[in-house]
Amino acid sequence: MALSPYELKEGPVSAEFLADKALPETEDTGLKQLLSRFIRHKLAIAGLVITMLLILTALLAPWIAPHDPKEVTGVFSAPPSAEHWLGTDQVGRDVVSRLIYATQISLIVGFVTVALYVTAGTLIGIVSAYFGGWVDMVIMRITDMFMAFPFLMVILVVISVLGSNMTTIILVLALFSWPGVARLVRGSVLAIKQLDYVHAGVALGLSTPRILFQHILPNAIGPIIVNATFGVASAIMSEAGLSFLGMGVQPPTASWGNMLTDAQSLTVLTDQPWLWVPPGAMILVTVLSINFVGDGLRDALDTRQ
Amino acid sequence: MFIDPNTPVEMLEMRKELLGLNDPVILQYFKWLLNLLQGQLGYSFSSYAPVTTIIGERLGPTLLLASASLIFGLLIAIPVGILSAVKQNTKFDYIMTGLSFIGTSIPQFFLGLGLIYICAVQFKLFPTGGMMTLGGPGDFWDRLRHMVLPVFVLGIVIAGKKVRYVRAGMLDVLKMDYLRTANSKGLHPFHVINKHALRNALIPIITVVAMEIPLLLGGSILIEQIFQWPGIGQLTIQSILSRDYPILMGLNLVAALIVLSTNLLTDLLYAAADPRIQYT
Repeated sequence: MALSPYELKEGPVSAEFLADKALPETEDTGLKQLLSRFIRHKLAIAGLVITMLLILTALLAPWIAPHDPKEVTGVFSAPPSAEHWLGTDQVGRDVVSRLIYATQISLIVGFVTVALYVTAGTLIGIVSAYFGGWVDMVIMRITDMFMAFPFLMVILVVISVLGSNMTTIILVLALFSWPGVARLVRGSVLAIKQLDYVHAGVALGLSTPRILFQHILPNAIGPIIVNATFGVASAIMSEAGLSFLGMGVQPPTASWGNMLTDAQSLTVLTDQPWLWVPPGAMILVTVLSINFVGDGLRDALDTRQ
Repeated sequence: MFIDPNTPVEMLEMRKELLGLNDPVILQYFKWLLNLLQGQLGYSFSSYAPVTTIIGERLGPTLLLASASLIFGLLIAIPVGILSAVKQNTKFDYIMTGLSFIGTSIPQFFLGLGLIYICAVQFKLFPTGGMMTLGGPGDFWDRLRHMVLPVFVLGIVIAGKKVRYVRAGMLDVLKMDYLRTANSKGLHPFHVINKHALRNALIPIITVVAMEIPLLLGGSILIEQIFQWPGIGQLTIQSILSRDYPILMGLNLVAALIVLSTNLLTDLLYAAADPRIQYT
């Protein structure tokens, strides 16, 4: 409840007011503590800075890319030059421009996939843990089914049936990723459910959604955030792998993965390293940065230390 | 499936009817399940050979590659993880933690291509792919030389992930009172670490290793494709490209069976390693 300064002057200072005033302060110091712990983690800061730069690159792609990524602007397979910093690919498109535009693909796939499956997984996990009984049983058996298949193999097969483009990749990656989050959330909620303050909430007659989302979820959010951060990195990696195999983002749209596909031929591999080293390095740097951020968050959110 | 466009429509229809492709999907699925109960997985659309035979031929190489990579990965992860924990916050620890991050963040296909470029093309140390030299003797050393690069790539990723688990597990155990007792009794540090600490530190690792099996099977798809390794990963790609659904159904079934049986094995191993755990 919000207290305006006018109410303050009038009535005596009530216990309720004190409680309300105390709460934001503790939250604030908690956040500050978290921030300071995160900042001490130098690699996480470096990772965060690089991730921000990548996001900027993706947003500003039309302005910073020297050429159109889909247009033929030079000779075929030209080595790096002043005009084309990283040369041109096998049909004469500028490699730098393609790298820049591919950032958009990777980040969209990474963040949208994770947003979808973390939301779904969290909801399903909460429902499963809070209601228990047969609901829990059914949901857990479904996650078992999803988790019994090797991730990449089943995804490849599903995508080969549905057809490969960015939307299907995002949906299929999300479809096979939620069970992990659901189990994680279920575990935390099962533990939190036993705490006295939740019983107090039930005794006070609070509605179930309010208990779940206002009282339980905020205390279970730490591991979810960490899991989501690592999830972004692994979704980017999966998209790159799928595109590399030709089952992901289709040319002429540039993706770091499909730019590496050409390197399966020995001539490209040996004679045109500018075609495959830069996209590979971009994937490595992106995934590494996001993993560093995730690691920093894990250390910052871990209250055991 | 690729069909000669000149094939008469009636013949196509006849063929579809014969293959059961005109039945509703649900019916096709139950027919497949019924055949499965009799140990039949149907026939490949492209080569007409029984699916069980085709997968059987490819299973060996993949299991060989996967198990060799797992062993290689653990052989790196366990000693490095122990040393990192014992020498916590030293230069060695920092470098190894950094390397483990790179190991988990590098795309396997990129590492594979890089190694082919450096080790196979530039220095000609190892072959670029395949399981043995074509037309060669195919003896043990020849096969081993072909295994080095793919096993290294798959293993290094496993090692990168597992180092952190071993290190964390070891750090937890090192704080325990019984280790202080062992140290103050004057036992040799080597003995304390490897006999007293390691045993308890490795129990949680068993679960984590089992979680690696599905990832390993998935990762082998990319690696087998790059190194032309004739296993089920390469078969998956080939079958997808030729729309060979009976093989794909069979492959996923086999993969799920492998995952589930390793899960079961883990539970049993876990109970064997930790007598406090009992399944009733």
